[in-house]
This record gives sequence, structure tokens and C-alpha cells, in this order.
Amino acid sequence: MKLIIATIKPFKLEEVREALTDAGVRGLMVTEIKGFGAQSGHTEIYRGAEYVVNFVPKVKLELVVADSVADQMVEVITKTAQTGKIGDGKIFVLDVEQAVRVRTGETGEDAI
Amino acid sequence: MMNNKYLIPVSAAAALLPTFALAQDAAAPGFDEIGPYIMTTLLFLVGGFLVFWMAAGFAMLEAGLVRSKNVTMQLTKNIALFALAGIMYWLVGFNLMYPGDFNGYFAFNFVPTVLEPVGLAAADASLDYASVASDFFFQLMFVAATASIVSGVLAERIKLWPFLFFVLILTGIFYPISGSWQWGGGWLSEMGFSDFAGSTIVHSVGGWAALAGALILGPRLGKYKDGRVNPMPGSNLALATLGTFILWLGWFGFNGGSQLAAGTVGDITDVGRIFANTNMAASAGAVAALILTQILYKKVDLTMVLNGCLAGLVSITAEPLAPSMFGALWIGAVGGVIVVFAVPFLDKLKIDDVVGAIPVHLFAGIWGTIAVVFYNSDASLVTQLIGIAAYGIFTFVASAILWFILKATVGIRVSEEAEIAGLDMAELGMEAYPEFHRG
Repeated sequence: MKLIIATIKPFKLEEVREALTDAGVRGLMVTEIKGFGAQSGHTEIYRGAEYVVNFVPKVKLELVVADSVADQMVEVITKTAQTGKIGDGKIFVLDVEQAVRVRTGETGEDAI
Repeated sequence: MMNNKYLIPVSAAAALLPTFALAQDAAAPGFDEIGPYIMTTLLFLVGGFLVFWMAAGFAMLEAGLVRSKNVTMQLTKNIALFALAGIMYWLVGFNLMYPGDFNGYFAFNFVPTVLEPVGLAAADASLDYASVASDFFFQLMFVAATASIVSGVLAERIKLWPFLFFVLILTGIFYPISGSWQWGGGWLSEMGFSDFAGSTIVHSVGGWAALAGALILGPRLGKYKDGRVNPMPGSNLALATLGTFILWLGWFGFNGGSQLAAGTVGDITDVGRIFANTNMAASAGAVAALILTQILYKKVDLTMVLNGCLAGLVSITAEPLAPSMFGALWIGAVGGVIVVFAVPFLDKLKIDDVVGAIPVHLFAGIWGTIAVVFYNSDASLVTQLIGIAAYGIFTFVASAILWFILKATVGIRVSEEAEIAGLDMAELGMEAYPEFHRG
């Protein structure tokens, strides 16, 4: 099993959720986050005073999938969330040791 | 033409009616005599409750422009200052400001306001003016506006009780003394100073008192750091916008009621003219700020548009009657421009004005008082400048002394810890938005 962590632009969330559902994903965790990367913030003006917004709002997706489909899901997210402009986000893939469905006690790939 | 045969007998009968009344009771005056008194009294009552509503406007504007951790405190200050002003103006303020004959500088007239007896007879009324109660009610609402200006500037860091003590003295003593110089028939009025509804007497006075406070109190923690201005965005721009619209509405009473007479065709027409000009100045101030922030910052800044609208209103307040509609437009627009440049200017000087009240009420108030000379041929620039300086020096110095005394005795600023936690929890133990906790 793989854990896919993807940070994307917030306005792309709906599109990515739809694409992942179409690709067969049955569960997704979403968190609103702030952070910085290559985009490293930008400036805004409030009442004439310029200030730096150091952290840019992003949405973080977390999904656990079977090893066999991990690359496919990464590709779906990359394709859907891409605008080509700076700040599109990052995707990380991690190994998952175990998964348990709380209701039934099922484990492993049966649980995801 | 067809109605003529009915109209003639009816109007003839109407003309006879006062004669019959007189025949029965020789002391009862006709409508010609009491009409102006009734109309002017009505103008004060309607004008007064419109200006009263400005207190709600200030409260909402300030609640929207402070951070959410200070909203309860800001609302508390607004209702407390209004209530205290209402008591102080009765206790000493009104008679200090309108003493009748006096030396022109300071009336030793420390007596509470007394109303007319219940069911006043026409023969005992001041038929050439209005009821004392309506006049008191109307003038009281103005002093409350002055105090509201101070609360906005000093928000988010001043202690509640020292602030309220300052309000007591401002509304009971400072404002009535300086107000008597012009509206009480004092030395500035003798000199020919002209300030119709109070660009200087009400708005700049509030601004000067607030400026002295802001200098002595210092900026909010973290507002100016390492040569940079650190913006502290307001908690609720919907409330700030509602507050601005309420102030705009109240201003019709503020300026229109200041005609101080409604009993003739000329007077009531002037009131209408003032309403139209007041509205125009507000529109122009808002549009000026709208366009200017788009050009300067590439994005419109709503808070500046709100301030611009209010600055337009303050600008026209010194002379809302004489200008043409176009005159009201450009006078108000200059007010809006002043705000857009004055807000960052104050930040450069490290004077922290939370809601922009100094640009709006002090700077635009000075501008409006100067602008009187463009349309009112009786006003002279020199006298206007003398008036502006007199109000500025008196209010700034008197306020600064009081702020220093308060600072040295009870202290005026909350602790660093309380300021960071927010005055709502630190001073009141009560939050405005208790369900907005993060996470």
C-alpha cells in the first residue's frame, strides 16, 4: 500500500476529487493548509501598507491506495491539478505498513 | 379650474377659523405664529434621532475594523461612551456650550439642563426658535459623535476605564467650551468663523483629542517593526460597510438639522438642499477612493472606500448649504483623496490609527472648513484658519494634558500579555465570536 500526499491549489480540489473518484478511489482525506515552496509567498496591500504573505493557502490530500494503482493515481492528480503556473503543488508517495477498517477489523488492502 | 367653485368657499372658511378661535380665547396664537416653532422642533427631533443612529454606525464600523479578539471591548466602549456623553451633556455640557450672554471664551455656567414644563403654553414658548428639550436632544447627539471618533483611533490597546474617564471630561468640559466659541455665540462667531454643522467643531475636535491620545498611547504591538508597517486586517468588513451606510444615513440629520430652522419655505428648502449636497459629497468621496486605490495599488481597497465616503461627508459638513451639487461633488472628492494619502502618511509617522479616523475626521475636517470660502462669500480664509488653529491647539493641548495625567496615575495601556491575548478576554472575559475557535 502507498500513502499519496498531494498539496494542490485550493480551486483545483473539486476537479481532482472527481477525477480520483472516476479512477476508482473510495476514500480521501482533505486538509486546508498554508505553506511555502518555490512560489514562496507574494505581496498584498492593505490600507496603503505593502505586506508579504509568507504562506500561501493550499489544500492537502491524503489517500492510501494499493501498490498496483499508486502510479496511476499520482498521474491523475498531476494531470488534473496542473495549471503550468508556479505554485501548482507537490506530491509525495510513502510506503504504508498496515491499514485497519475500524468497523470490521479487516486489514491490509481489504481495509482501504 | 373645475374645482374653483368648491375651493373658494373652503378657503374662505379656513381663513375665518382663526378669527373664531380668537373670539373664544384671545391668548391662543394662530398657526402663522406657532408653525415655525413646531416645524423647527420637529426638525431637531428627526435630525436628532438620525444623528443618534450614527452611534450605531460608529459601533459597527469600529467592530468591523478591529481584530476579532477586541470586538466585545470596542462595542462596550461605544455604548458606554454614548451613554456617558448623554449624562455629561445634561449635567454641564449643554449650558456650558450655550450659555447665552458670556465673555466669549469660557462660560462659568455649570448648571444642568432644565426642560420646559409639561404641556407648555404657546405664550411661554420661544416661538422664534424651538423647544429647549428638542435643541438639547439634537446637540447632545453631536458630542457623542466626537467621543466615538476617539474610541476608533485608540482601539485594541487602551484600558476601558481611563478611556471612559477621558470621555467624561471631553464631552462634559472640553467639547462644550470650544463649542461655545462658535455655536454658543463666542469669540469665533463674533469674528465671522463659519462651520455650519461641525467639520471643525465636532469632527476635527474628535480627531485632535484622538491624535493626542494616539501619540501618548503608542502604536499597537507589532504594528511597526523593523521599519515596516505590519497590517492588522479588520475582523468583519460586512459590519464596517454597514456602519458606513448607517453613518451616511445619520449625516442627513447631522447636516440637515443644523439648518436650525424649518418654519419657512426658504428654511425647509435649504434643508432639502443640504440633504442633496451631503449625499453628493459622500458619493464623490467614495468614488475618489475607489478610483485612486485601483490606480495606486492595482486593487480596490474597500476599507479606503469606506473611509473615503466618510471623508466626503466630513468635508461637506462645514458648508453643506451654499455649494452647488457640483461644488459638493468636488469638495467631497478631495476628502476621499485626502484619506487615501493620509492613511499611509500616518503609518510613516508611526501614528497608529486603527480605523482611519484621523484622516477622515481631522484632515478632511480641516479641508472642509477651508473649503467654506469657495462658496460662502461671507467666510474669509484667514478667519477659517484662525478657527481651525484655535480648535486644534485647545483640544490637542487639553487632551494631551489629560492623557498624560491618566498615564501617570492609573495608566492607559493594557499589559503586553493582555494586548496579545485580546482585550475581550483580558479585560472583559467575554468574546464577541466565542464559536470561531480554530480547529
